[in-house]
Amino acid sequence: MSAAAAPPRKTNRLGLEIISYKGGKTTLCAGCGHNAITERLIEAFWEMGVAPWNVIKLSGIGCSSKTPAYFLGLSHGFNSVHGRAAAVATGAILANHHLQCIVVSGDGDTASIGLGNFMHMLRRNVPLVYVIENNGVYGLTKGQFSATADVGSRQKNGIVNEMPPIDCCLAAIEMGATFVARSFSGDKKQLSAILKASIGHNGLAVIDVISPCTTFNDHEGSTKSYSYMREHEEPLHDLDFVPFFEEISVDYEEGTMREVVMHDGSRLRLRKLDRDYDPTDRMHAVAALHEFETTGEVLTGILYVDKTRESFTQSLGLVDAPLATLPQDRVRPPREALDQAMEELR
Amino acid sequence: MSITGVSAALSSADARCAHRNDQPARVVNDFSIQVATVNGSGSQTANNVLMRAIFQMGVPVSGKNLFPSNIAGLPTWFTIRASAAGYIGRKKETDFLVAMNPETGVEDVEKLNAGAAVVYDEPLNLSRVRTDVTFYPVPFDKLTVPVCPEAKLRKLVRNMVYDGVVAHLLGIDLEEMRKALFKQFGPRKVKAAELNWNAVQAGKRWAEENLTKQDPYWIERLGNSGRQLIIDGNSALALGCVFAGVTVLTWYPITPSSSLAEALINYLVRFRRDPETGKATFAVVQAEDELASVGMAIGAGWAGARAMTATSGPGISLMAEFVGLAYYADIPVVIVDVQRAGPSTGLPTRTAQGDTLKNAVLSHGDTRHPVLFPSSPAECFAFAGQAFDLAERYQTPVFINTDLDLGMNNWVTDPFPYPEEPIRRGKVLTAEDLERLGGFARYRDVDGDGVGWRTLPGTPHPAAAYFTRGSGHNEKAQYSEREDDYVNNLDRLARKLEALRGDVPQPEVQLVPGAEIGIVCYGSSRYAAEESRDQLAREYGLAASYLRLKAYPFTSELERFVEAHARIYVIDQNRDAQLLGLMRLDLPVPLLGRLRSVRHYTGLPVDARSVTNQIVQQEGL
Repeated sequence: MSAAAAPPRKTNRLGLEIISYKGGKTTLCAGCGHNAITERLIEAFWEMGVAPWNVIKLSGIGCSSKTPAYFLGLSHGFNSVHGRAAAVATGAILANHHLQCIVVSGDGDTASIGLGNFMHMLRRNVPLVYVIENNGVYGLTKGQFSATADVGSRQKNGIVNEMPPIDCCLAAIEMGATFVARSFSGDKKQLSAILKASIGHNGLAVIDVISPCTTFNDHEGSTKSYSYMREHEEPLHDLDFVPFFEEISVDYEEGTMREVVMHDGSRLRLRKLDRDYDPTDRMHAVAALHEFETTGEVLTGILYVDKTRESFTQSLGLVDAPLATLPQDRVRPPREALDQAMEELR
Repeated sequence: MSITGVSAALSSADARCAHRNDQPARVVNDFSIQVATVNGSGSQTANNVLMRAIFQMGVPVSGKNLFPSNIAGLPTWFTIRASAAGYIGRKKETDFLVAMNPETGVEDVEKLNAGAAVVYDEPLNLSRVRTDVTFYPVPFDKLTVPVCPEAKLRKLVRNMVYDGVVAHLLGIDLEEMRKALFKQFGPRKVKAAELNWNAVQAGKRWAEENLTKQDPYWIERLGNSGRQLIIDGNSALALGCVFAGVTVLTWYPITPSSSLAEALINYLVRFRRDPETGKATFAVVQAEDELASVGMAIGAGWAGARAMTATSGPGISLMAEFVGLAYYADIPVVIVDVQRAGPSTGLPTRTAQGDTLKNAVLSHGDTRHPVLFPSSPAECFAFAGQAFDLAERYQTPVFINTDLDLGMNNWVTDPFPYPEEPIRRGKVLTAEDLERLGGFARYRDVDGDGVGWRTLPGTPHPAAAYFTRGSGHNEKAQYSEREDDYVNNLDRLARKLEALRGDVPQPEVQLVPGAEIGIVCYGSSRYAAEESRDQLAREYGLAASYLRLKAYPFTSELERFVEAHARIYVIDQNRDAQLLGLMRLDLPVPLLGRLRSVRHYTGLPVDARSVTNQIVQQEGL
């Protein structure tokens, strides 16, 4: 007796099932926004058909930084030191600029201890995807405010934050990142489109994802809670993503849509909502973020895209082969070079 | 008007100089020259030309620049030591002073031993200070004006005038000085060289006509410089990195290591462009701080680059956390520490061996790191290559501890031999290996040397990936807080250090049969140590064996050396006897009582006389 043939499993363009993009079991709290982001990352890399062994995933320290263990189990991972994954990732990309790199960071990691590294990564436009899982709180040390906590936001124990928050997206736009977006871990469609588009971007993509901490910052008075975000998320546009290897199937009425073509040929289609937002206009982006600073609303979507600036590895003029694996005859100059150097000093 | 040497009442105190008929005995190729100037006055060029001219006459020579942490206006001294016997360590006493700095002139003259000679800027009127040294006043400004019509250049050109005066007084071959000068300026600055050459000649001519030689010091030709060359330790180490195949350099400017990174960049741009495409086979990043520079180097090492950073003490302090990560996660990286005098900002332009202990155990928890101690430009060059090989072979941070004296001063050296050994990349599994093996456990000690096999990110195989973390992990690189996993991992890392003992550069040992005492030194202390041994033998009849360490962890030779002598003098250029401290951690307890300390921590390079005096005192001689 034979069992009925199993239905064919769904595979991506590399012939891989989604399981090839999964990682270990999460150890984060039930309902943590970070877990949803992990799910979106798995889907994004799978759907884009990125070879997992060509991906590196890095993080710093904190709850968010644990998550690279939960996705892309076939990719090299690196859980480094607090706040400094940006530096480690930069070095790794220098060693092999063909790698697809994703850094997962938190608001403590990025906006406090690692702010210096973050800023300089922005300046360099290092080609990687930098996701900030932003919950406004230090989860792993049990509930202290982070530097992205909003003024007036209340801790569980009643303490109110009075320090102005650091807006990582504003910093990213000002300092040189070339793909800047904000999303909400609960906004599946938007986050998915943003992540997939970022994979096709050759430059630094900074994605600030409001990701509620169910244990320490999901209460009344928090501005990073699920209920607050559901009420206050203000999408700039509706996003549709069309990967480079697929035909465009939906047409829009003229004047209702803007399209951003990513470096890999994928298309990000921004359908207008209340406003006509041009994400290639830097001043517009900065003004919009400032405008919303005091309203309590959280602007999400593609904030800024610059496809003209060359990436850090392009500007270094590297040989095409990865530096990591250059053979000896390409990295040890010939005898005559040493002779010449010696002769000059005689 | 004829100006002759004022003075001359040579006291008989210095038998070396005084002769019965008041004609001093000639002191040939065995004295030190000190030039006192103001920084920012361009004196470095004049001093290098002077040193190079002596070098070209075949006389062993060394030069040491004692400079302030400042751009312009503070006192600076340059010391040149000529020694036919080949002693190139610092000599404490100055025999021949060129006093150009009004601020320090009097004190500089007061410090001299009787019998010394002084060339000075006439308006300083230094001959009033004392009567037991020879004075040669020179009207530098008057001599400079005619050879340098452009007023704003006079401050610089003026220094070349003393080169001419000194050449005359010491008998330095003017043709060698001309060659040295044009070499110094290079083919692109011929016009500037000619202007300066005129100044040298003006000094020489004036001295010939106006000064009568009354001091005993002479440079005499011993041959020529042959194949030898002059290089600073930082440039030598930089060249070593180029030929070691460095692919990623990340750095943050800090004295005295900046010139290493800058020399390296220059050499990389020249020698490491792909001949066909002109593209770079290297990447350099000037980072935002030392946290980032070492973090990038570690990221690059993890992904397979031959990665390095260069820094000094304050940078090392900032790197401490990251170095612990690289140690615990088995990541290769080379860290060059050009040491300066600490703690804190300390004396940024003075030398020390102040990071010996710190680098060996840098970071929190149980950490040990190999540290190489080059003592010469040739070793800077060679150890650079070894450091990269060791870092990749053992998948761990490797320190190269040099210091400001070795790194920033000019040294005479034989040319460096081309590295004949192939570059060793260590235990790396390829996709083909993985296909054959079916998989691997990143931290399993399959070879018994504490070093597991690794894969590089980007290896196209589903079994290639592993997860690197600074948190607790097991053999398969999985997160673990289990006691046995933690202990196994720490013990494996300890085995690595044991294996390293046999693979780091081995010490140089000179055993003297019957000697009761032994001297242990490392790095740039070797020159003082070598000279001190001769002083001890010559002046006190005291024979001393010698062991120069080239690396930590120590080899068994050190223990045997200590066993073979009743008393061991360990020379440290720091206050706390840091090398001795490391030896105390490593050597069997019964031997510890034999260790004695010789320390020098003034910010200046250790000199032989200081070593000799401390040993003599402790020996009760």
